[in-house]
Amino acid sequence: MNAGISIENLSKRYGSVQALKHINLDINSGELFGLIGPDGAGKTTLFRLLATLLLPDKGGARMGDIDIVGDYKQIRNLLGYMPGKFSLYQDLSVIENLEFFATVFDTRIEDNMDMIHDIWVQIEPFKDRLAGNLSGGMKQKLALCCALIHQPKVLLLDEPTTGVDAVSRSEFWQMLKSLKSKGITIVVATPYMDEANLCERVALIKDGEILQVNTPQEIVDQFERKLYAIKSDDNYQCLLDLREFEFTNSVFLFGQTLHYTDVRKEFSLEEVNSYLKSKGHLNLEIEHVKPGIEDCFMALSTKADGYE
Amino acid sequence: MNKDVKVIKVKNLCKKFGDFTANNNLSFEVSKGEIFGFLGANGAGKTTAIKILCGLSYPTSGEISVAGFDVYKQREQLKRNIGYMSQKFSLYEDLTVFENIRFYGGIYGLSKEVIHRKADDLLKKLDLQHARNKRISSLPLGWKQKLAFSVAIFHNPEIVFLDEPTGGVDPVTRRQFWDLIYEAARGGITIFVTTHYMDEAEYCDRVSIMVDGKIEALDTPAKLKEDFNAGDMDQVFLALARTATNVE
Repeated sequence: MNAGISIENLSKRYGSVQALKHINLDINSGELFGLIGPDGAGKTTLFRLLATLLLPDKGGARMGDIDIVGDYKQIRNLLGYMPGKFSLYQDLSVIENLEFFATVFDTRIEDNMDMIHDIWVQIEPFKDRLAGNLSGGMKQKLALCCALIHQPKVLLLDEPTTGVDAVSRSEFWQMLKSLKSKGITIVVATPYMDEANLCERVALIKDGEILQVNTPQEIVDQFERKLYAIKSDDNYQCLLDLREFEFTNSVFLFGQTLHYTDVRKEFSLEEVNSYLKSKGHLNLEIEHVKPGIEDCFMALSTKADGYE
Repeated sequence: MNKDVKVIKVKNLCKKFGDFTANNNLSFEVSKGEIFGFLGANGAGKTTAIKILCGLSYPTSGEISVAGFDVYKQREQLKRNIGYMSQKFSLYEDLTVFENIRFYGGIYGLSKEVIHRKADDLLKKLDLQHARNKRISSLPLGWKQKLAFSVAIFHNPEIVFLDEPTGGVDPVTRRQFWDLIYEAARGGITIFVTTHYMDEAEYCDRVSIMVDGKIEALDTPAKLKEDFNAGDMDQVFLALARTATNVE
């Protein structure tokens, strides 16, 4: 079946907070799609709406030709949802949790083993341990098994890698890639900008609005200005000095360098260099660099906030 | 940073829980005003070590002093001279901004006058005067985190411990948060910070990386990248953490 998701004009408000503002988004069947944005952006609200756990104020969404409001029971059968907060039964064992979810969807673990096999073998040695006593990485794997046990066509993962260390994060993305090869549509939310590059397309989302939807490559290709990485003996002082520089458009700490854009289209780097030298900076290095998703997100979000 | 003054001294720190060794012979020193990154995979033993350094848990063995106080015998003085903030616990959600400041100031024994004066300065600096009487629960996460950090150093401690302070925060706010960290470090406060963001490891003066309860690497980010022949700290971290056998 077509397990694409089409979202039209979707809005949700909690009291005075407009959590989602007229979201329009199409996700293709079988796509690995990323929702990239900080806490409070509206990612969880969007997932809860798609998972039929909340009703929209305005607009709607469909998975294939199934409506999330009118046909919510069908949606629940074709959807696997892994909430951001660990929501399995802590006082049931690993195997009991999995059996429970299989039973709820009126199926059996053995009938679906092909779907979860690669992940299951990693937690099977702990199958009699209480879920509450698992490590973070193991809990995450169990939650993924439980979300997959009824062979969903669409998988919604709400911040599966938040607070997880770099090693477990990279393992988790490996699992998603192999799930994608089974044809499941996967939507994954993350606050880690670097994970955007692991998705086929991403939506950058902030304050309930989508800033941009595109492939990671096209998003960085559309970066409007020339970006420079600047390094000095004292990067923090360099940051403070560049903020005072009359031609600075933006300057941010970025790992071992500062990322700088100039307000002018054409200018001489020597000018920036001599300004910083006059401020006493030593061992300056300035080079043109390619922007990453995080640069794009910051440029788009400061623009949206009206700083530019 | 003043390299002649060591505000954290750890020598042969061990902590065992039954047969399990959570901290295996840790030794390191941190200078006054240094930004020290304390990295490690989940389960490497970071939280155990931080609890000991904050005077909340006794080590099994080792000589450890923090802000000049012994972690066995002078825990109360130690606690008065440090600040602590984590992503999980920082401010009381159902108190207002000012009530939180007053509460923390009071706990650390500041007078009413000092609390009022410093609170005014703080709210002005953070551009939060309009939010003075708003409940914490109504503030965006980014504001909360900046306020939580400022409250953690409100009593001007020798050292502040930051346990994953920026998780989930948007990239612009995350950098504003680091501005506050740099500023505090310049003012002489020592920063002891854990993070899962490897770009933030680059902002530290020195970084230690724990694997299975041991410190496997400790140096400046530049030196670590050189030693591991790595382009960035992410590669250094992955090279070390992949050798881990402890899975929490």
